[in-house]
Amino acid sequence: MTDHLLLGLLVLPLAGALFILMVGDDTEAGRTNIRWIALAATVITFLLSLVAWGRFDPANPAFQLVEEWSWLSETIRFKLGVDGFSMPFVLLTTFLMPFCIVASWVNVEKRVKEYFIAFLVLETLMIGVFAALDLVAFYLFFEAGLIPMFLIIGIWGGKRRIYASFKFFLYTLVGSLLMLLAVMAMYWDAGTTDIPTLLTHKFPHGMQFWLWLAFFASFAVKMPMWPVHTWLPDAHVEAPTAGSVILAAILLKMGGYGFIRFSIPMFPDASLYFAPFVFALSVIAIVYTSLVALMQEDIKKLIAYSSVAHMGFVTMGLFTLTQQGIQGAMFQMVSHGIVSGALFLCVGVVYDRLHTREIAAYGGLAARMPLYAVAMMVFTMANVGLPGTSGFVGEFLTLLGAFRSNTWVAFFATTGVILSAAYALWLYARVLFGPLEKPALMQMPDLSAREVAVLLPLILLTVYYGVHPAPVLDAFAASTEALLKGTQAALGAAAQTASLVAH
Amino acid sequence: MLYKAIVFLPLIGFFIAGLFGRYIGARASEVVTTALLMAAAALSWFAFFAVGYGHQVEHVQVMRWMSSGGLVVDWAFRIDTLTAVMLIVVNTVSSLVHLYSIGYMNEDPDRPRFFAYLSLFTFAMLMLVTADNLVQMFFGWEGVGLASYLLIGFWYQKPSAVAAAMKAFIVNRVGDFGFALGIFLVFVLFGSVAFADIFPKAEEVAKTTFHFIGYDWNAITIACLLLFMGAMGKSAQFLLHTWLPDAMEGPTPVSALIHAATMVTAGVFMVARLSPLFELSPVAMGAVLVVGATTAFFAGTVGLVQNDIKRVIAYSTCSQLGYMFVALGAGAFGAGIFHLFTHAFFKALLFLGAGSVIHAMHHEQDIRHMGGLARKIPFTTAMMAIGTLALTGFPLTAGYFSKDAIIESAYATHVFGNSYGFILLVITAGLTSFYSWRLFFLTFMGQPRWDTAHGHDPHVHHAQAEDDTHGSHAHGDDAGDAHDAHGHGHGAHEPHESPLTMLVPLAVLALGALAAGLAFNGAFLGHDAEHFWNGALVLPEHEEHPPVWVVWAPTVAMVIGFAVSWLFYIKAPHLPRALAESQPGLYKFLLNKWYFDELYDVIFVRTAKWIGRFLWKKGDGAVIDGMGPDGVSARVVDITQAVVRLQTGYVYHYAFAMLIGVAALVTWYMLGGAH
Repeated sequence: MTDHLLLGLLVLPLAGALFILMVGDDTEAGRTNIRWIALAATVITFLLSLVAWGRFDPANPAFQLVEEWSWLSETIRFKLGVDGFSMPFVLLTTFLMPFCIVASWVNVEKRVKEYFIAFLVLETLMIGVFAALDLVAFYLFFEAGLIPMFLIIGIWGGKRRIYASFKFFLYTLVGSLLMLLAVMAMYWDAGTTDIPTLLTHKFPHGMQFWLWLAFFASFAVKMPMWPVHTWLPDAHVEAPTAGSVILAAILLKMGGYGFIRFSIPMFPDASLYFAPFVFALSVIAIVYTSLVALMQEDIKKLIAYSSVAHMGFVTMGLFTLTQQGIQGAMFQMVSHGIVSGALFLCVGVVYDRLHTREIAAYGGLAARMPLYAVAMMVFTMANVGLPGTSGFVGEFLTLLGAFRSNTWVAFFATTGVILSAAYALWLYARVLFGPLEKPALMQMPDLSAREVAVLLPLILLTVYYGVHPAPVLDAFAASTEALLKGTQAALGAAAQTASLVAH
Repeated sequence: MLYKAIVFLPLIGFFIAGLFGRYIGARASEVVTTALLMAAAALSWFAFFAVGYGHQVEHVQVMRWMSSGGLVVDWAFRIDTLTAVMLIVVNTVSSLVHLYSIGYMNEDPDRPRFFAYLSLFTFAMLMLVTADNLVQMFFGWEGVGLASYLLIGFWYQKPSAVAAAMKAFIVNRVGDFGFALGIFLVFVLFGSVAFADIFPKAEEVAKTTFHFIGYDWNAITIACLLLFMGAMGKSAQFLLHTWLPDAMEGPTPVSALIHAATMVTAGVFMVARLSPLFELSPVAMGAVLVVGATTAFFAGTVGLVQNDIKRVIAYSTCSQLGYMFVALGAGAFGAGIFHLFTHAFFKALLFLGAGSVIHAMHHEQDIRHMGGLARKIPFTTAMMAIGTLALTGFPLTAGYFSKDAIIESAYATHVFGNSYGFILLVITAGLTSFYSWRLFFLTFMGQPRWDTAHGHDPHVHHAQAEDDTHGSHAHGDDAGDAHDAHGHGHGAHEPHESPLTMLVPLAVLALGALAAGLAFNGAFLGHDAEHFWNGALVLPEHEEHPPVWVVWAPTVAMVIGFAVSWLFYIKAPHLPRALAESQPGLYKFLLNKWYFDELYDVIFVRTAKWIGRFLWKKGDGAVIDGMGPDGVSARVVDITQAVVRLQTGYVYHYAFAMLIGVAALVTWYMLGGAH
């Protein structure tokens, strides 16, 4: 390959950051320039990722657009490439980034320069996580991604930002350290950190369990799975709007991506062994956090808890090891990226106007803000998994997969559809319905043109993928089949589970 | 093409009114949506005759929805007689309700939104009835749920309306929980969710068992019971009925369309659509019959004492839906659908008639504050009389044919619970007659009670609508309309007949209520049924005619109900009060709807909130955070302080201390988490 598309995706945001570094932000004109540079960088990155998408062949389960350089040693090389599991996330990242920039257009007032640099660096690191084909590179991107996020929360966050960023850091660091040990162990055993090679390497049965647990510690925190989820509500509450969007839409997906990239294909024995354990945590997450979400008094916290519940569907789907379960989980992650990102943007809209996230401070906004009410309704419905929105497809497929594996799991997880309706509609009712009585709300303007421009594409995508999910589902259909075939072959003796494969 | 037009015309209407309503204005939105619906209705009748009498069964593929492994779901229509019947029911009533709403909603500032929702509802309902697979049906199912939620909460400034809307959605979700599990199970059993694949394999699967949540079940039985749970939610059957009476918070045309004629019958449609599955499971059939009979009786008893004109009719709807389920449970699928068909006409008529009364009474809904209206609004009175006759099953009206067929089928069936069903339905026929005539007498007969009672509570939404946004434009546009009594504010309170846009739909529906039974009895139930249904439903073998007393029982019950009602409310109006006072416990029990709302509030709502708060504060706060990050940081601080006391002061000691904390946490999680 002569062109370096993926490298370009990594470099472009950095180049943007470099430009911004050279612009002064003491004048309003300078700050405007910075915003435009950031927007241009992210938009061009997105366009480039579309080119990559055009070159990508979803029918081929192998890694594509591969490029590599010699790096730390002959065995640890800097290698990039995408397959059906990573391509959607690369696109999701590049797609959402411009929205984050636009959403930060006016409400970020201090240290504008550093803010946009942090976001652009974060973009590079996130793309790196999904495109890295070397375990060490993956680990570095994975961990380094924490730093800009930590800064975004810690510097531009709300009142309790120090506590939140500390909690965020502590949780994720714990997982990461264990993963580092596992990475080293894998290198000793396989003699390489090349991910495609590792995918075909058979780890010893006993070792798989320890490696699986070590990776699990890291990914479970990132997901986040119950009971290591408590950093998420705090981080969301304190993060600025765009930070919340990235956190919910992309960073949470790193855990799910990790499971599907490493845990399941590399440690199939352990994955099968621990599946009931994951099911249990997932079901608890769905029921427990939905109930907790019901009682939240802070809009962002409520949505954060609902994210945990939705991620429960993802982990449940992944470990069903069925075609529907895994495809559903992947779809759920993409859909949740769009929907939860949009929900946080919606919260940002009212937060910018009233500077509070207290649900009780709102009420009856539908009368003043009809456009906002429509946008919020679409995303609320997607959040409760209404058929015809993207939220349904993932939920439906993961539950179907779960039902095939274990009816108890499906039974309890399906109660999530009742609970999600309860907390989401109640939130909607408390914020938008009812009489418009509070004086502070009387003059709230409806969505501005900028806000419409941000939310409209997300509405269209939510509905489009709900009615026609094929473009997303097909992207990883072949990869999922290959993954399942691989795990089945690895499991070998456990032939009775053949019924788990689709058909 | 014909069917795509029928289904998608309302969707186009929704988009036009929904997206551009604020630019093209309310009148244009009304005209566009109504015209599109009229067109869809006309096409539906055409389709009905083509399919029902010309036997053109079709499968229309629109596009692929999703496919994953063995699961393939299409957007596709299955057009057979059952679909065709539903098409005319939905589109006819919907177009009439659109027309009616032009008059009824005349004062409302948000008419484009209202008409958009109505059209959205119609579209979702059409997707439901045309579905060729379970998942598309589920799409329509939840889609009508959304539309119902939006329309019940249409006057969103009113907290009671918002609460009712949420309740409807959430209670329906409880049913959908079963529906979804049912779909999963069907897929596991049959390897497909398309009806065309499922039905041929049903006999084979019926012999297998399935292990579900710890028990071995007959595969078809458990699938049918789960799916029926969905039907119970949507059709407001006993235990999941609580949302329907509250749904009356929505504007009255909505009640007529969604909560009487169409959406609430979706459960009946679903069971009928799946008749090849249900008939293989006597247990499921028995369950359907018993639930239906219980609902019919329960709702009938509650309807006896309600005072809100819409709630009486709502309980009546609930009760009539019970009748339909009894027919389905008894295996008389044709009779069940026939009652669905006739009920759509007379129940929509009753609701729209009630709307006309409410309109005339300036949003008064309490029948205790009415009376003597026959002289003021004679046309509406006549229409309501026709609706009441049809509902109570007066000979030769629509209800007479369908309801009596159901009661006879309950007598004839051998499914368990048959005598329970038969007896309850006959009693309920009497109850129906009583509360229907009670409503009629209190509203239209006797002395006017509204002169004195009218200083009263002007309805919240209208008061608010006027204050907020109304004044600016709505009056200017439409003040020249048929009735301007409203335009002059709330000074004049003389009841007045409704405008023509409201009366025409009443007349059309009245025609249906009178003639639909006579006209279609032969096709739906008679000797042509086999040809008419053409395999769309499983039909029972013809049995001998039931004994004469069975045939006459419902009619006798109806006459008794009428007589008692006449005695209570015309001849001796003091009797009801005396009776209520002599039986205070029973009266309260019925008035409070068997205390279901209170019970559910304690069992579910409060409990869920309490658990949620407990898990949040104690689970997340005290246990996880306390032992996790907060605890760790506290320990780290302790250790570092200890280290400081040792006066080493080196940075790496701090780091070391932190690492120990981290390692301890990890160990705790590994040990605690893995077990």
